[in-house]
Amino acid sequence: MQILINLANGIRSWLEGMGLSAASAEVIMSAVGALAVVIFILTHVIILILAERRVAAFIQIRKGPNRLGPLGIGQVIADVVKTLSKEDIIPAAADKFVFKIASTTLFATALLTFAVIPFSKGMVIQDLNIGIFYFIAMASTGTLSILMAGWASNNKYALIGGMRAVAQMISYEIPMVFSILGVVMLTGSLKMSDIVLAQKNMWFIVPQFIAFVVYYVAATAELNRAPFDLAEGEQELIAGYFIEYSGIRWALFMMAEYASMVAASAIATTLFLGGWLAPFGLDTIFGVTIPGFVWFMIKLYFMLFTFLWVRWTFPRLRVDHLMHFGWKFLIPVSLANILVTGIGIYVYQRIIS
Amino acid sequence: MLKTQELTLNMGPVHPSTHGVYRCVLNLDGEYIQNAVNHIGYLHRGLEKLAESRTYTQFIPYTDRLDYCSGLSNELAYVMAVEKLMGIEEEIPERAQYLRVILAELQRLGSHGIFLGSFALDVAGATGYFYIFRERDRVLELITRVGGNRLTPNFMRIGGVRNDLGEDFFTELKDLMDSFEPAFEEYNGLLTGNEIFQSRTKGISVVSKEMAMDYGFNGPNLRSVGVDYDLRRDEPYLVYDRMQFDVPVTHNGDLFDRFVIRLKEMEQSVRIIKQAMKEIPEGPVMAKVPKVIKPPVGEAFHRIENAKGHLGFHLVSDGSTKPYRNKIYAPTFVMLSAFPEMAKGTHIMDAVLILASIDIVLGEVDR
Repeated sequence: MQILINLANGIRSWLEGMGLSAASAEVIMSAVGALAVVIFILTHVIILILAERRVAAFIQIRKGPNRLGPLGIGQVIADVVKTLSKEDIIPAAADKFVFKIASTTLFATALLTFAVIPFSKGMVIQDLNIGIFYFIAMASTGTLSILMAGWASNNKYALIGGMRAVAQMISYEIPMVFSILGVVMLTGSLKMSDIVLAQKNMWFIVPQFIAFVVYYVAATAELNRAPFDLAEGEQELIAGYFIEYSGIRWALFMMAEYASMVAASAIATTLFLGGWLAPFGLDTIFGVTIPGFVWFMIKLYFMLFTFLWVRWTFPRLRVDHLMHFGWKFLIPVSLANILVTGIGIYVYQRIIS
Repeated sequence: MLKTQELTLNMGPVHPSTHGVYRCVLNLDGEYIQNAVNHIGYLHRGLEKLAESRTYTQFIPYTDRLDYCSGLSNELAYVMAVEKLMGIEEEIPERAQYLRVILAELQRLGSHGIFLGSFALDVAGATGYFYIFRERDRVLELITRVGGNRLTPNFMRIGGVRNDLGEDFFTELKDLMDSFEPAFEEYNGLLTGNEIFQSRTKGISVVSKEMAMDYGFNGPNLRSVGVDYDLRRDEPYLVYDRMQFDVPVTHNGDLFDRFVIRLKEMEQSVRIIKQAMKEIPEGPVMAKVPKVIKPPVGEAFHRIENAKGHLGFHLVSDGSTKPYRNKIYAPTFVMLSAFPEMAKGTHIMDAVLILASIDIVLGEVDR
């Protein structure tokens, strides 16, 4: 995607040619980049909504939306128009201020995680030197928004859903961080681009397979997706923490869920599947150079598909089973993985020196 | 000031998992149920009172609306009670009896299909629901062929059945019965064998033999606690005594057993239908019954093994064309009364499953 980088450089030099200082041009460029990422996310949300319904239909031997436009693409537009035109109902007994901001803050935290995701070489808004740390911090902030939504709704179902979400997300953050730690130990850096480049010879899914599995399970729980969608708990809590939301505020919750799903898949791609790097050195196929962005997208969508696949296959876990699984299985396994990785690195360095 | 208190949660009558307009009030300690209180009556239509102002024949379609998942079996229970009242049980033609057995078992497949499907939905395995409803829908298509309606066929008549069924019905029935075999394997793979499904159901809400007897459990729920009692075998009616079938019994009495026993019963139903199709004789399908039905003064009670338990009709005749009293013994009404005790101490997620495992249909509970 050299063309996008060239485009960005073009805009920058044009802005500077207009007489702006380098600093103000940089500020404008950040805004343009952020806008591009927001558009990117919204596009994926739209694709994912349709994909989820089509994949679910495929798994459940039904047809799914297939009437509006080819492959039912128009269905998404109809859905968006419907949610936008719905009345925004705020319960009389709700904590109105918190109720209103909860959906927005959740979506905002989901957006913020995209700041450090490297879509291709050089295509990253801020290649922070604590990139992965920033991602974890931002992803955990979402918990607060869910609790806000559950509490402010002043509904018992919403409250139970919000409480479940907090317990679950905090418990599963720990194995998630530990699983990422294995990769960080191998790389010796928290910077996303360094992590990708360290996988030049071998993707980290091979030496860190256990970490990958732990990350995947923990991320599913972190996203509140089935089989860990206890906060939503459709059967007993109807919709959980967003039961009282309607219209576009409800849609924001959905969008936040899909946006964080894209983010979690992107992190899995970056940490374990080699990011934008081509597999098996396939940088060029039949003389055509395939840009890293395309490889990134293929891997991203593979990860997203597995999330859909899992959701529509498994029943839901019970709350206490979920906690036992997190604390008694995932955390010991991820800790053992760190130990084994450490020993491996020590032995490797001994052999080299 | 921090303090803990019990949370009173109202569940229903509009709730996705209460299987109709059932309402219960739960006292929760955290998410564990301390106390549950049943509230029923949201679907009460006064069917028993209605029966007193309808003739015997006119009441047949009303029975479809009792347990609306098994219309044909309800009709069967009712018409057999009327036949007993008139004293013409022996005159029912052979072919009609075979047709009744086939249709009752077909309806059992449909009703158990609903149970398995909605149970799958209640453990949030929506895919299992669709796989089970694929077969269940074919059953309903066959019932449509029989009676013109999917749920309310109105096909049984006092003295036999409405009309004979043609060759095309039997070929399609045979085709469906053959497709059940691989379908059971899919259900087992998708649900019964699933690790999460087993962890959700095994050892939850265990009902002891004594408790089941005290509450008057019957049907599959009774057999799941280890009581080997099936009216089709122990008080045979129609031509069930000529059929070879097993009565599946499990011994743990938990949610998993209540699920599995229905799956096993479906296998036996397929077996019975296959035999009945082979043995069915030619002949008339209606006995000689007077146009206006006026049973002699007296009373009669007849019960059959319905999909959900023993469905019984107690009819009292005063010699007129309308019954003096029509009392319906509804199995799920009886078993629903055990829900508070079964749910006590369980998690709210299990309560939904326990309710589903009783297999309530509010049309029958409220009548």
